[in-house]
Amino acid sequence: MMKSLFVAVARFICGVRARWVGCAPDARQRVYFANHTSNLDALVVWASLPPFVRDLTRPVAARDYWMKNRLRRYLAHDVFNAVLIERKRPTARDNPLTDMLGALADRHSLIIFPEGGRQADGELAPFKGGLFHLAKDRPDVEFVPVLIENLNRILPKGEFLPVPLLGGVSFGAPMKLEAGEVKAAFLDRAQKAVSALQPS
Amino acid sequence: MNLKIDRQTCWLVGGVLGLLVLSSLIGWALSLRATSEAGRATVQNLNARIRAWWLMVAIFGLALATGLIGSVILFGVTSFLALREFITLTPTRQGDHRTLFWVFFVIVPLQYYLIAIPWRLYFILIPVYAFLFIPIRSAVAGDCTNFLERTAKIQWALMVCVYCLSYVPALLNLQINGYEGQDAKLMFYLVLVAQISDVMQYVWGKTLGRHKIAPTVSPNKTWEGLIGGVASATLIGTGLWWATPFSPLQSAGMSFVITIMGFGGGLVMSAIKRDRGVKDYGSMIQGHGGVLDRIDSLCFAAPVFFHLTGYFFERNPG
Repeated sequence: MMKSLFVAVARFICGVRARWVGCAPDARQRVYFANHTSNLDALVVWASLPPFVRDLTRPVAARDYWMKNRLRRYLAHDVFNAVLIERKRPTARDNPLTDMLGALADRHSLIIFPEGGRQADGELAPFKGGLFHLAKDRPDVEFVPVLIENLNRILPKGEFLPVPLLGGVSFGAPMKLEAGEVKAAFLDRAQKAVSALQPS
Repeated sequence: MNLKIDRQTCWLVGGVLGLLVLSSLIGWALSLRATSEAGRATVQNLNARIRAWWLMVAIFGLALATGLIGSVILFGVTSFLALREFITLTPTRQGDHRTLFWVFFVIVPLQYYLIAIPWRLYFILIPVYAFLFIPIRSAVAGDCTNFLERTAKIQWALMVCVYCLSYVPALLNLQINGYEGQDAKLMFYLVLVAQISDVMQYVWGKTLGRHKIAPTVSPNKTWEGLIGGVASATLIGTGLWWATPFSPLQSAGMSFVITIMGFGGGLVMSAIKRDRGVKDYGSMIQGHGGVLDRIDSLCFAAPVFFHLTGYFFERNPG
């Protein structure tokens, strides 16, 4: 009930339209990796998935942000079942990669933001290495590039009230780590796959 | 405000339903005949448009039946959706964020609220008070880059998507001698003539269109479409004089103004789309594009129709 309410609210405020450019919605295990410009990103990608995919998919989000107050904790735990990771001070015990691999081992799909933080100007920052390690550990999982548009105008960094413009979420063609592909090459290819989804 | 559903309203509604049935049948017949790839695509789009028309007529009918409140809500929501499409296409900066919040969540509802109570402040809320407020709020935010351009764009969006469109439900506040409580038919008349004109321009343009009016703006707008569309919509509008306070000749004049303004609106909004490099403002209405693509002609026709009717027919021109 609450889930569908939040999905409806997110869809209304962000006017999200999902464009499946490179693949169709599918229940198979996937890692959706997207550009990150707004706190609404995780919610919006998650809400734009059809229900049968959404139920299997968990956004990966920063623990420091989502544990800050009761509402956020409630949203993260009970609404979109986020995988909360430590991004400020990762330790051997608090390794984000372990949490993500654990969720994948439970047969969940993931939504991740490999830039590591929100980009104020909307430009794509270099991807962090975690994406590569996930791809290396789980060659059976499909990695789907996702481009989120206009969310930085709907809720920019530093603002707390959203403006209801039309956002867009585009899903590209799934990719996997190729044999012998090194980290830098894979991350570069992944980043290009996201920016290639720009319509113009 | 008490709007009675009279016999004339029934005729209007019945006529529109008849038109829809007829066009659905034509669309179905065309779909059987279309053979070429391009022809099939055109007919498919046509049928999507007709299906969307059914839905739009149903929503509009519901708003009419609920009187001023329903109409204000319908056009308020329509303005909100159109404004969102417009601002999405307009480059704004983070410095405009809070201004836009005010625009969407205070100015738009306030404009329609003023029409609903009704208080005539709605004539100047956007042209004067929003006009002054928007640059002040953006200046406080402190971003000077393209300041004039940004505030002008937001103001323009408000004028077209909200102010102009709000004249449609504002028709219900007109006090016309011998036409008390019947203003809903006036609103019906405006929307019907404006939309029929769009449809007829499309039909004439698709069948006979050769000579483009402004090829750099819109390749679909031709002289044949314009003349055929204006003539047939004016004819239909004239034939509806019995539902309005106008004589047949006056009705012809009103319809003519509505269709010409509607054409101008379509052309202007196409120029903006062309400049921004898009075909449609959105994708909310199947076959038509966005909300703004459907109401552009109405936005330009409504204020002129309101003022002409108010000036010549209202009891105490105010």
